Amino acid sequence: MTIRVAVTVNGTEYARDVEPRLLLIHFIRDELGLTGSHWGCDTSNCGSCVVWLDAKPVKSCTLLAAMADGRTLRTVEGLEQDGRLDPVQQGFIECHGLQCGFCTPGMMMTARWLLDHHPDPDEAQIREAISGQICRCTGYENIVRSIRWAAEHPRENR
Amino acid sequence: MQVPSHVEYERATSVEHALSLLSRPETRVLAGGHSLIPMMKLRLAQPEVLVDINGLAELAFIALDGDRLRIGALARHADLLSSSVAGQCFPIFHDAERVVADPIVRLWGTIGGSLCQADPSEDLSAAFAAVRATAVIRGKDGERTVPVRDFHLGPYETVIGSGELLAEIRVPVRPGTGSAYEKVARRVGDWSVAAAGAVLCLSGDPARPVIESAGIGLTAVGAEHFVAAEAEDFLRGRAADEDSFAAAGAIAAGHCHPSADQRGPEDFKRHLVGELTTRALRRAAARASSEGNR
Repeated sequence: MTIRVAVTVNGTEYARDVEPRLLLIHFIRDELGLTGSHWGCDTSNCGSCVVWLDAKPVKSCTLLAAMADGRTLRTVEGLEQDGRLDPVQQGFIECHGLQCGFCTPGMMMTARWLLDHHPDPDEAQIREAISGQICRCTGYENIVRSIRWAAEHPRENR
Repeated sequence: MQVPSHVEYERATSVEHALSLLSRPETRVLAGGHSLIPMMKLRLAQPEVLVDINGLAELAFIALDGDRLRIGALARHADLLSSSVAGQCFPIFHDAERVVADPIVRLWGTIGGSLCQADPSEDLSAAFAAVRATAVIRGKDGERTVPVRDFHLGPYETVIGSGELLAEIRVPVRPGTGSAYEKVARRVGDWSVAAAGAVLCLSGDPARPVIESAGIGLTAVGAEHFVAAEAEDFLRGRAADEDSFAAAGAIAAGHCHPSADQRGPEDFKRHLVGELTTRALRRAAARASSEGNR
């Protein structure tokens, strides 16, 4: 049995017939071909699969695609706009916020959400915000610096 | 790769619709899904039908209604954490929510889902037991209320029957009350090794307050109904001071039933119960006093 799942992802509408048990992360990656979001621990611990569902970050390995039907998604592919990187993306470049890059899409989606709600977070707020996400390369130091860089370089007229 | 087994999916458009869908056998409510979906991946849960209630906005509220705080079952953890009215009436909820999972999970996981999951290590069950909350359960024949202290039948088991839905949690608000929650976990966002929640209602001379009533909830240590009943009884009518709080902590430690596991041996958990109960009582009393002076 399949059900129809229609979503808007990064401003583009998609519809697919899928099994109700399909997880949202696999829907995004395998059905829609948007492989920027990473499939990591499968247990909602690591946060590499974080995407926005109706403007809030979620761990997409722990939601069914069916739950997103009729809703709006934003993935890491939606950060860049009009050919310009989001300040968060630029911050990760400037401050070497990644090594292997596996956790990066989830980190950046959470960082964008944090900055949208707290444009000038201190280090403790940044660390709290990303506390549900795991990086095994950076020791988090450069991720925190990257997000601070983005806070200090907001895009005008966003 | 962890994938749930085959399941049917229904989306409820109203509470009545949800109740009619839930009358089918082997049906489970799908709210935040942050406990149910992992259990389905591991085949610890294998429902045949999921009823998604995430669209039921009428169950997503937190409001002060006269002398009670009402929390809709679909309110998210982040909603409770950011609710100033909930934090003013019951700081225990903010203490507890700060240590539930992580900020992303808290945006989607629900209060009702946590209670219905009935995980022995889950934080809100003890918090709601401490404040003597009442669960409001809807069924096709109407509404019934069950004290949260009678809500859990055991691990992963509640009084919610087939065709029923937890709709709301109600908490009585009393003046002169303070509350707090203290937890020890191995790392940020982890389940409790042990935790204690306390609520105190104080009366008498503000310089030497007396405990009118006490509520103590315990997490992850096998306390019956998540409650330290003997310690509560001990405190009633006593002075709200360090000696009483330490004695109550010792009683709570003696009467709970922790199991040795990867989070620690039994004697360590008992030690935590004693210390965390005492600390929670101390903070609850300080908050009750500051409220009385306002």
